Amino acid sequence: MTMARSFPNDSVGLVETHQARFDERLRLECGRELPGYELAYQTYGRLNADASNAVLVCHALSGSHHAAGYDHPEARKPGWWESCIGPGKPLDTDRFFVVCSNNIGGCHGSTGPVSINPETGHPYGADFPMVTVGDWVRTQARLADHLGIQRWAAVAGGSLGGMQALQWAIDEPDRIGHAVVIAAAPRLSAQNIAFNEVARQAIRSDPQFHEGRYAANGERPETGLMLARMLGHITYLSEAAMGEKFGRDRRGEPSAYGFHYDVEFEVESYLRHQGQSFVDRFDANTYLLMTKALDYFDPAARHGGDLTRTLATTRAPFFVASFTSDWRFPSSASREIVRALLDSNRRVSYAEIRANHGHDAFLMPVPRYLEVFRTYMDRVATEVGA
Amino acid sequence: MSPLRQDLQIVADWVGEGQRVLDLGCGDGRLLRHLFEQRRATGYGLEIDPEGITRSIANGINVIESDLDEGLADFDDGAFDQVILTQTLQAVQRPDQLLKDMLRVGRTGIVTFPNFAYYRLRWHIAVRGRMPMSKALSYGWYETPNIHFCTIRDFEALCEDLGIHILERRVLSHEMKQPWIGGLLPNLFGEVALYRICRASGRSE
Repeated sequence: MTMARSFPNDSVGLVETHQARFDERLRLECGRELPGYELAYQTYGRLNADASNAVLVCHALSGSHHAAGYDHPEARKPGWWESCIGPGKPLDTDRFFVVCSNNIGGCHGSTGPVSINPETGHPYGADFPMVTVGDWVRTQARLADHLGIQRWAAVAGGSLGGMQALQWAIDEPDRIGHAVVIAAAPRLSAQNIAFNEVARQAIRSDPQFHEGRYAANGERPETGLMLARMLGHITYLSEAAMGEKFGRDRRGEPSAYGFHYDVEFEVESYLRHQGQSFVDRFDANTYLLMTKALDYFDPAARHGGDLTRTLATTRAPFFVASFTSDWRFPSSASREIVRALLDSNRRVSYAEIRANHGHDAFLMPVPRYLEVFRTYMDRVATEVGA
Repeated sequence: MSPLRQDLQIVADWVGEGQRVLDLGCGDGRLLRHLFEQRRATGYGLEIDPEGITRSIANGINVIESDLDEGLADFDDGAFDQVILTQTLQAVQRPDQLLKDMLRVGRTGIVTFPNFAYYRLRWHIAVRGRMPMSKALSYGWYETPNIHFCTIRDFEALCEDLGIHILERRVLSHEMKQPWIGGLLPNLFGEVALYRICRASGRSE
């Protein structure tokens, strides 16, 4: 006999994934085309009669369309933004209809390197074209059409997802009610690109990478992808958070050093575990594409680097938030967005949240973060009558 | 929404229809909300207190988390019609620099502060020999965020030094009431001082 699994009351519970198929050709910013594509997406809450209560959630580098709830009855881990999506949470599913799609180029169900190329009958692999944040916005606009949503009440995301919300406000000013941009930046710094390059080199120099055609050989560059993820994790946490979590703690015999290269310090164990579990759920070519999309993101470039002019045509009020210990996308980067919005007389509110979790804080249930985010979304809900 | 406190009502009455306003230390955003709704004003509030920021957002205003001691570098010269500083002058590191910065980004400024020469405060020091505490100044000397108290005379002398022109002055006496005897001896009987100021060189009103 199986017992019905009970999920926490403030969770959306069991969720299912939908597929939307688009048969029109999609011209990408890189100049290449996709003959058609699929988007995997999940929805939480109910769309109201005038379709005014929809919120689009954009995922970060390693995220997916599974943002909240549990994707099968025995699932242990909920979606990546469980802290913020659910009944009574900032993205309150009793009021909003929340949609999250997997970006194209992804590896969780939307068309990407692991999908079959209809022209060859084989997985795209390394042949999948490079995609940009702007490309994602265009595919999501088509998803909105597909769902009968003319205008999102808000588009929200953290990190790369926050950049996507920013791009939405620039590219589709009439289709976005509010932009919620958390722990993001108007462009990557040289240091950020440098970290991404090391991650890419770790993958590309893995002997099992085979120029990205590893699937044809039945192999995967697991070591490279694992190293890329380990490096990423270091940059997502703050020194203080790591110190607090692991210190110099060691496993096994605490009194003596082992004088070996196996896992000894707790932090090594954590990083290896994170790297290993990532390899099981992520594709190396997707990782390369996503980091490149991040590096290329720079909407102000079209206006000679002038972010104020870039944002002058946006209409959505913004909520921008950053975290004090985030050194990957520091507060100064968020403030640059805020300043450009101020200079172009846009409506914006900004909160700098004290938190020691580093960049990952945007995923965490930090009380002040949830409170200010909830308060802002409450305003959005009131506006659209949700 | 409850009616504005008397001092804030005077400030609100100084703001013209549709003006662009910057409120420094906007608290819970009550004044800006009033200005948005009643005066069709636009603009931003700056606040450092997390609770104030959340409440400002709940009040529907634009609020930017900011430390006034870091100045107003985020704002261009002349970006606002009015820059408002209510009951906060005494809490910043350099009131003189903030006043100058206010009149850089704003055409006119509105400043209100507790007058430290108010007779009840003088009595505290003169008779009791203790630092004053009152409903308006409820902190002990060792914990107060109010680090730069001044009097009406001090403020006006500073304005003189900085080349700031005083367009209008109002005082309120105890518990925000209209002052005694038509505002005679304001430095003695005024508990709260309210000023409208501009750069002396660019008198616009």
